Amino acid sequence: MSDPSSTEPGTTGHEWDGIQEWNKPIPRWWLWIFYATIVFAGVWVLLYPAIPGIRGATPGLLGYSSRANVRAEIAAVEAGREQAVKGMMDIPINDLPNHPQLMQAAVAGGQSAFKIYCVQCHGTGAAGSKGYPNLNDDDWLWGGDMESIHTTIQHGIRQPDDDDTRISAMPAFGRDGILKPAEVDAVVEYVVQISGQKANPALAAKGGVIFQQQCVACHGIDGKGLREFGAPNLTDGIWLYGGSRADIRHTVWNAHAGVMPAWKTHLSEETIRKLTAYVHSLGGGE
Amino acid sequence: MPGLLKPAPQPPAGLYKKREKIFPKEVSGPYRRAKWIILCVTLGIYYITPWLRWDRGAHAPDQAVLVDLAGRRFFFGGIEIWPQEFYYVAGLLIMAGIGLFLVTSAFGRAWCGYSCPQTVWTDLFMAVERFIEGDRNARMRLDKAPWGPEKIAKRISLHSVWLVIALLTGGAWVFYFADAPTLLSQIVSGTAPFAAYGAIALLTFTTYSLAGLMREQVCTYMCPWPRIQSAMLDEDSFIVTYKTWRGEPRGSVKEKLAEPGIGDCVDCMACVNVCPTGIEIRNGPQLECITCALCIDACNDTMHKLGRAPDLIGYTTLKRDEEERKGAALKPIWQTLLRPRLLLYFALWAAIGIGMAVTLAGRERMELLVSQDRNPVYVQLSGGDIRNGFTVKLLNKELQPRDFILTVEGLPEARISDPLLGGEPGTQIALTARADGVETRHLQVRVPPAALEGKEHRDFAFVARAADGQGETRQAARFTGPPPAGDGG
Repeated sequence: MSDPSSTEPGTTGHEWDGIQEWNKPIPRWWLWIFYATIVFAGVWVLLYPAIPGIRGATPGLLGYSSRANVRAEIAAVEAGREQAVKGMMDIPINDLPNHPQLMQAAVAGGQSAFKIYCVQCHGTGAAGSKGYPNLNDDDWLWGGDMESIHTTIQHGIRQPDDDDTRISAMPAFGRDGILKPAEVDAVVEYVVQISGQKANPALAAKGGVIFQQQCVACHGIDGKGLREFGAPNLTDGIWLYGGSRADIRHTVWNAHAGVMPAWKTHLSEETIRKLTAYVHSLGGGE
Repeated sequence: MPGLLKPAPQPPAGLYKKREKIFPKEVSGPYRRAKWIILCVTLGIYYITPWLRWDRGAHAPDQAVLVDLAGRRFFFGGIEIWPQEFYYVAGLLIMAGIGLFLVTSAFGRAWCGYSCPQTVWTDLFMAVERFIEGDRNARMRLDKAPWGPEKIAKRISLHSVWLVIALLTGGAWVFYFADAPTLLSQIVSGTAPFAAYGAIALLTFTTYSLAGLMREQVCTYMCPWPRIQSAMLDEDSFIVTYKTWRGEPRGSVKEKLAEPGIGDCVDCMACVNVCPTGIEIRNGPQLECITCALCIDACNDTMHKLGRAPDLIGYTTLKRDEEERKGAALKPIWQTLLRPRLLLYFALWAAIGIGMAVTLAGRERMELLVSQDRNPVYVQLSGGDIRNGFTVKLLNKELQPRDFILTVEGLPEARISDPLLGGEPGTQIALTARADGVETRHLQVRVPPAALEGKEHRDFAFVARAADGQGETRQAARFTGPPPAGDGG
């Protein structure tokens, strides 16, 4: 062991609580590397976008742009997607589910489009809410096969400017005085009964008679609805505007007429087909 | 142990210093021989490994050791690691760390001296240097000589051989990441990916500059390990030590005959001349010393010629050195090695190794991962059934495609369907997972409301059975229905 005191000239002369600091010079090349990094930075500033200004940074001699790179990458991805859905437009829409790879690509594209155009009403999971249909279930107002979904998306619901739009209107039985309040109560009781909920049998029987006169034209003799009119099935547990006695009374009294845009004027046929595939794939597709 | 690795005494210096050129002398002896063997073995493993083949069938690469970054697989002989099993690699790194603690507290910087790549390649480069330019004195002469035909020729051939070795080193590295024969023909024909050329160029440059030009400066200035080591050594660690009490005061053979107080060291400078880091071991343990033990070989050579006892410089611990000085009887070496600290390191190291081996041997070759749809959590169907959606991933780690039957257990009257495929829901679904791959499907499970028995949740399991009957795997899941009436929610 060497004696530290014999190396006195090798220390910096700094001392803290008896601990001395060695004077260990760093190698000269270390200094050169430091200068090299400064030169490197200078060259970098010349070649690449570097100094920020009010209207963007200095462009640099190489013309490098991360935005251009992103644009190129997005274009490449889109070209790849185009390849994946190539042929989707050449087959009848009903035939799409028979082409698993095309269908898969279409569903993926439709999912993205759905997140942009449809979630505002139908929700991110397409589960809807009161007044906005749940697209996951197997209960369809206007039909759940590929072609029906496609038509609904194309032409929308109750769009006066579209000749092929889905259209129907339920009378406001109470508000417009078509039925007396007591008759409305009876019909409501009948609907409560056929939907499998607890009901007053005597009142429901009275309502049944009125139902056969006023409602069967659209909702059918058995109350299971008719898709030609977008008339809902009243016998299942799925309600667009609520299934409680109060909700049903509100519907019979005022009627509802929901709307949906005719997407044909906003979206390409390709996007509409993708959306159709996505909605069909949610589990209720027919 | 504070102060153990003290820097060597230095003359006063400025802020920067020029590198002092080092011309290590050739030496022979048991430690030099051991280093040659280790050099051949480690470099042999490094250069040859990517060329070893391993038959894995038609669906997997046949390279014994392959890091397939694009396919996200790591092949090591019969072992294949998926990215989610990377903890095996982490475990290996922890073992390497604890192994270093173990070796360092037992034998000092044995890693640095014998098997660190920096040491091994520097050794190789020095051997080339000695072969072309001659031994220490010849090299010093050549270095001082003015530039002439001989010097130019020798320097050009030296640096050329270095560059070739460096190129092979970088080349060998990239072969671990792709099929070696294919990549070699691509590299030669100029069709290899840019990353391959870039990696070769970078590693050629680092090997050439670190092993050829930088050498001991890497250890002294750049590597953090020497700093950590000083905290790991203790008075029971075997390190390369000059026995001051035996060597000092120095004197020639004649002086020792005349004066009995003279020590064994004849100041022949052999230990300094062979040192690859250019230090004076007689100043005691110091930061720059990588414990390569070449000074032991050099000193023993001198001691042997003089007929004196060997190991004036030798592997010993501070404690044993002190006892030897006092003339006390030395404990057997195994007693020093079997101290609790080393046993604890070894136990930890072995436990991790055994744990990894056991889990590796018993790991599943297939796995089922299930995540439930969150939005919507459940769907009420018009017939009254409740439906849940699940993303099911079936991992097939076998190296051939496998067929599986997926069923649901613990959920009465459950039926499964794949909405993309359509068709009537059934009690099972057939899946085919590609070789060494993952099959991902979005499946829907429906039950009649009675199956939930009035509760909101019901736990069940997905079960995947191999169609060939060889094994099954299951994954717990939870089915969710509407909140029970009166729940308020």
